[in-house]
Amino acid sequence: MRSAAPDIPMVEALNLRKSYGKHVVLKDVSLTVARGEVVCIIGPSGSGKSTLLRCLNRLEEIEAGEIVIDGALIGYQEKENRLHALAEKAACRQRAAIGMVFQRFNLFPHLTALDNVMVAPMRVRGVPRADAAKRGRTLLARVGLAGKEGHYPSMLSGGQQQRVAIARALAMEPKLMLFDEPTSALDPELVGEVLEVMRELVASGMTMVVVTHEMGFARDVADRVIFMEDGAIVEEGKPLAFFSAPVEARTRSFLARVA
Amino acid sequence: MRIVDSPPALMRGHTSRIVQPKRTAQKVAVALATVLLLALAWSVATNQRFRWDVVASYLFSPDILHGLMLTLEITVCAMAIGVIGGLLLALMRLSSNRFLRLVSSAYIWFFRGTPVLVQLLFWFNIQALYPHIGLPFGPQLNLNAIITPVIAAIIGLGFNEAAYMAEITRAGISAIDHGQGEAAKALGMTRAESLRHIVLPQAMRVIIPPTANETIGLLKTSSIASVIAVTELLYSAQLIYAVNYLTIPLLVVASIWYLAITTVLSTGQHYLERHFSKGAVHAIRRT
Ligand SMILES: Nc1ncnc2c1ncn2[C@@H]1O[C@H](COP(=O)(O)OP(=O)(O)OP(=O)(O)O)[C@@H](O)[C@H]1O
Ligand SMILES: [Mg+2]
Repeated sequence: MRSAAPDIPMVEALNLRKSYGKHVVLKDVSLTVARGEVVCIIGPSGSGKSTLLRCLNRLEEIEAGEIVIDGALIGYQEKENRLHALAEKAACRQRAAIGMVFQRFNLFPHLTALDNVMVAPMRVRGVPRADAAKRGRTLLARVGLAGKEGHYPSMLSGGQQQRVAIARALAMEPKLMLFDEPTSALDPELVGEVLEVMRELVASGMTMVVVTHEMGFARDVADRVIFMEDGAIVEEGKPLAFFSAPVEARTRSFLARVA
Repeated sequence: MRIVDSPPALMRGHTSRIVQPKRTAQKVAVALATVLLLALAWSVATNQRFRWDVVASYLFSPDILHGLMLTLEITVCAMAIGVIGGLLLALMRLSSNRFLRLVSSAYIWFFRGTPVLVQLLFWFNIQALYPHIGLPFGPQLNLNAIITPVIAAIIGLGFNEAAYMAEITRAGISAIDHGQGEAAKALGMTRAESLRHIVLPQAMRVIIPPTANETIGLLKTSSIASVIAVTELLYSAQLIYAVNYLTIPLLVVASIWYLAITTVLSTGQHYLERHFSKGAVHAIRRT
C-alpha cells in the first residue's frame, strides 16, 4: 500500500449506509480521523457504534458510501483510472493494516499467548518464526506480560487476555487501531491495566478509534469525542467542551444517564 | 483478597478421623464380576473345541496376513476419502451459496439413505452402466479394468463414509465461536487461512472422538467387501474354514486381528485428542 502524504487523513469515511433487513443501522454516517488522532465514540446500546467500527475494516459490507484508509480506497484498486473490486485475498490483506480489539478478546484458545501474537505475522506476512517470536516477546513485554509467553488464554485473567489481544493486533504493525468496548467484559478491578496499555499506545502516536463507556478515559485521552444515536452522529467535539457544555439535548440526556 | 488456609470450624479442635461410606453394593458387584470373569477364563482355556493350537498355527498364516493387509488398505483409503470428502461437503454445507448447500445436502441424503451393501454392489457393477469413460473424442478408459473389487470396495465405503464425516465435520466447525473467525479475518487472514490455522485446529477437539468411532466402525464394516469377492481378513478366514471346517478357531483368529487394530486405533485417538486439547480448560490428562 502506498504511503500517503502526512496531510491526508488516516480515515475518510463518507456517507456509510448499512442495514440489517429493514432496520437501517447506519444512516449516511461520515467520519474523518486525522493521523495520530484519538477518537472516542460513545452512545446508547444499539446506536450502531460497533457496526461503524466493523464497517471501517470491512468485517461488515457497506451498502453505500466509501471508505478511504491512508489514502487508499478500501475494497478497490485503482488501475488505469478505473476502480476494480479487489479479489478476496487482496481485500483480506488490506484489513491487516487495521488492528482491531474486540469486547470479548477473541484470543485463539488453542495457541499460547506468544503464538497468538505470532500467528498472523507468520501466516499473513510470511515473517520467519524466529523473527516473529522475537517481536512477539517484545510486544508482550510492552503490554506488561513478559513471562506469560507460554500461557494459554484459559490460564490468563480477562485483563491479561485483552492485553494479549492488543499485542496481537500490534504485531501486524497497524496504522490504525479500532477498539470495540475493550473493557466492557472485564471485572472492574481489571479495567485499569487495559486502559493503561491504551494510554501508552496513545502516547506513542497511534491513530485510534475507540468505542467506549469509560467516560474518564475519553475525557483524558481523546482528541475528539463523538456521540452516536440511532445510526447517526449527533454531536462531536473536543472532550472538554463536549463533556462540560454539550449542545444537543440528546447528548445531555445521555451524559446525564451514564454519569 | 487473601485466602485463609485453615480447617473449617466444625473440625477445629477435633482429632476424629474421616470415615468413608461403606459402598456395599459396589463390593458385591466387584465380587460377582470377578467370579464370572474367572469362570469365563477357565472355560476358554480348558474347552478343547476352541482349538487354541489351530488358532496359533493360523494367526500368522500367509492367507490371513494377506487378508489383514487388504482390510487395512481398504480401511485407510476409504477413511481418507471419507475425511477429505467430508470436509469438502461440510464446507459446501456451511457456504453462503445456496446451490452448494443443496448439492451437499443431496449427497448426504442419498448416501446415508441407501444401504452401504447396495452401494458396494453398485460400484462393483458400474461397468454395466458405463463400460468406458473418458472425454468425448479423447482416450477411452475401460472401467472393467479400473474398477477392481478392491477399488470398488474403497470407493463404495469411502463415498458412504464421506456422508457421515460431513455431518461430524460440520458439527465441529459450527461449534467454534464466530468471534474466532472474525479475529482471524481482522488480522488479515483469508477464509482458507482462518479455517486452516484457527478454526479447524479447534474444531478437531469435537471432530476426533466421533471420527475415531467411524474409523473403527469402518474397519469392521470393510468385511462386507467379501460380497464382491475381496479376500479381506474375514473372507480369508472363511475361505480357510470352508475347506477344513475349523470354523470357530478361524473366527477367533480374525477377531484377534480386529481387536489388535482397534486397540492401536484407540491409542492413536488418545494421543490425537491430547494434541488437539492444548489450551482447553479441561485439557486431557497425560497418561
Ligand atoms: N448481525 C446482525 N443482524 C441483525 N441486526 C444486527 C446485527 N448486528 C447488529 N444488529 C443491530 O444493529 C443495531 C446496531 O448494533 P451495534 O452493535 O452497532 O450497536 P452498538 O452501538 O455497538 O451497541 P452496544 O453498545 O450494545 O454494543 C442494533 O439494533 C442491533 O440489534
Ligand atoms: Mg457494540
